[in-house]
Amino acid sequence: MSKITGAQAIIKCLQEEGVDIIFGFPGGAVIDLYDELMDCPIKHVLVRHEQGAVHAADGLARATGKVGVALLTSGPGATNGVTGIATAYLDSIPIVVFTGQVPRALIGNDAFQEVDIVGITRPCTKHNYLVSDPDELVSTIREAFYLAASGRPGPVLIDLPKDVVASMMDFPDPEPIRMKTYQPKVKPHPGQVEKACKAFLQAKRPVLYIGGGVILANASKELTELAEKTQTPVTMTLMGLGGFPGTNPLSMGMLGMHGSYASNMMVSESDLLIAVGARFDDRVTGRLDAFAPHAKIVHIDVDPTSISKNVGVDIPIVADCKHALQAVNDWLENSADFDSAAMAENHQPWIDRVMDWDKKHPLSYQEEGDVIKPQYVVETLNKLTNGDAIITTEVGQNQMWAAQFYKFNKPRRLLTSGGLGTMGYGLPAAIGAKLAFPDMTVIDVAGDGSIQMNIQELATAKQYGAKVKVAILNNNYLGMVRQWQELFYNRRYSATVMEVTPDFVALAAAYGAVGLRATKKDEVEPVIKEALATDNLVIMDFSISREEGVFPMVPAGKATTEMLLV
Amino acid sequence: MKHTLSILLQNKPGALSRVTGLFSGRGFNIESLCVAETLDPKVSSMTLVTWGSDSIIEQINKQLHKLIDVIKVTDISEGEYVEREMVIIRVKAEAGTRAEVLRVIDIFRGKVVDVSPNTYSVEITGPESKIKAVVDILRPIGIKEIIRTGTIAMARAPKK
Ligand SMILES: Cc1ncc(C[n+]2csc(CCOP(=O)(O)OP(=O)(O)O)c2C)c(N)n1
Ligand SMILES: [Mg+2]
Repeated sequence: MSKITGAQAIIKCLQEEGVDIIFGFPGGAVIDLYDELMDCPIKHVLVRHEQGAVHAADGLARATGKVGVALLTSGPGATNGVTGIATAYLDSIPIVVFTGQVPRALIGNDAFQEVDIVGITRPCTKHNYLVSDPDELVSTIREAFYLAASGRPGPVLIDLPKDVVASMMDFPDPEPIRMKTYQPKVKPHPGQVEKACKAFLQAKRPVLYIGGGVILANASKELTELAEKTQTPVTMTLMGLGGFPGTNPLSMGMLGMHGSYASNMMVSESDLLIAVGARFDDRVTGRLDAFAPHAKIVHIDVDPTSISKNVGVDIPIVADCKHALQAVNDWLENSADFDSAAMAENHQPWIDRVMDWDKKHPLSYQEEGDVIKPQYVVETLNKLTNGDAIITTEVGQNQMWAAQFYKFNKPRRLLTSGGLGTMGYGLPAAIGAKLAFPDMTVIDVAGDGSIQMNIQELATAKQYGAKVKVAILNNNYLGMVRQWQELFYNRRYSATVMEVTPDFVALAAAYGAVGLRATKKDEVEPVIKEALATDNLVIMDFSISREEGVFPMVPAGKATTEMLLV
Repeated sequence: MKHTLSILLQNKPGALSRVTGLFSGRGFNIESLCVAETLDPKVSSMTLVTWGSDSIIEQINKQLHKLIDVIKVTDISEGEYVEREMVIIRVKAEAGTRAEVLRVIDIFRGKVVDVSPNTYSVEITGPESKIKAVVDILRPIGIKEIIRTGTIAMARAPKK
């Protein structure tokens, strides 16, 4: 077998994994790899900041379900990527990040642009590697892709010393990956499935509480089947939105801190809470001892560490969500005790009660003449895109309004930084999604603060024809923090007033994009229509009611039934 | 409650810091930690003594399993096991106390491993309770320095 360079081997590995786009930024430590990239069919997208590269790879991964790839140089290139890596880690997103490293002989010498990125990212990657032997390069990359995508997905980092990339090596044939220390459990234990199903048959007030795991496992179909045939109301975490159709009558929307009234009430009164691919995050549970106090809890999750971490679980099922839900569906179908119609009838009083909560306190907001309400902007986006766009968000109020008022009917349509809450995520993630799906409408619902954190990626979008639409809900505030200050700090707006904000319309023009502005309610619809019809990158700047709040709101540390309402 | 975990892990660079980083990052306790190669040079074994409520110990167990470099975790304090720790103590040994030190060492089956004009360095091996007893007795005589290995432990072989 003829030898090839490390750089060539890396490219061959990427092709083997079916990677056609990578996001990166060059530098001395990765220059050999960049040289090789020039002549290969893989498309390299040159971002303007490494954080953008990692978010874009992450956005592509969330939208497609494939592994996203980013390539960064050593030192500052690698450290700039850390926020992106941590963002992917907290939301269990499969990405592989390659970082350049100084040559092996210099490691540990405080060489130029040397950092211990493996040490730095150890707590925010699923696993990471420093390739210290050229003969391990290929097997390491294959293992990294396998780790990133399997079990509970997550980011994997591979640190590549420059001389390893330049050295000559064999390219062994791929073989099935077997790791004796890593065997994620895919199939559920039949005994646990039976226990869960029997509890289901007994329940009078069941609730399905679903999280991002349903989306990661592509289990929406199985989940929908289960909810419908048992007539069980569904509530979703921020990460779970789209895992069950938002317009299905059984959907009660999001739960938790900014969840719907009906969602939080039904969890607190339910007698059986079936958590699927969710992790009982503090933003969901509120005060722990008051969370689902009457419910027996079934928890389906691929990661055993998520089970009974915050809330004691009665019936754990460690398995891939898709397999587990399929097994539950099959068990019920084959059980003489299960009759869909009878169960629906049995659950009807409960459904009525839930619907009643929803009717009493639906998600709502107050109209204010011709002032633009942010919720109205999101509703209009929803209407004009038929609820069928890919929506990315920044972080803060904009994110919550997008989650509350856009009706996500399909999985992989909401790309948002849930776990880490990273301002600056939305634009680069939108670019990643748009390049993966050029024919889809991709909208970044943004805040005036967050958008400035990675605004430089407008140039990337322009360069690669990623015609995303940015909708800035401009309140001239770091609005979410301001809301906390309003409610809990005597309206002392310390450092949340954006005293200088760029003219976003002029800024759009500077980047070769189209800028549109709406300052009155009746301008909202025309602006969105024009944006959607424009064959270019567009920024929409909506001057919204400045001190609008996100409601309902469960104050931190309170029970989820103690909601502040509109 | 105190738990003694026996952990097998891949003998790879950074594997140890993945374990210790897990404990510091998640606020778990480490009372002692011993690590060395096994018969298979690709595998290290670690004895880690920790404490916490049942749910914390369960999390520790699961989180350790989740580390890619970890092969196996056993909470050996759940069953019968033997534990040993070694300590080297440099204790004052002056005219008036020399005989007393030797007598104590003898009772605990220790050994003198180094001598200076006014100190003895003694080596003692045993379970933690024994080490504690020796230290308590030698302390009034005057301990100059003490180095402990931390506990190593092994589950007892099944009796049949
Ligand atoms: C990188 C980062 N820094 C700080 C925060 C804390 N934070 C959360 S929301 C928010 C305000 C965001 O302001 P803006 O983007 O204008 O959104 P709005 O809430 O006004 O819609 C801040 C500062 C964060 N989430 N991420
Ligand atoms: Mg704002």
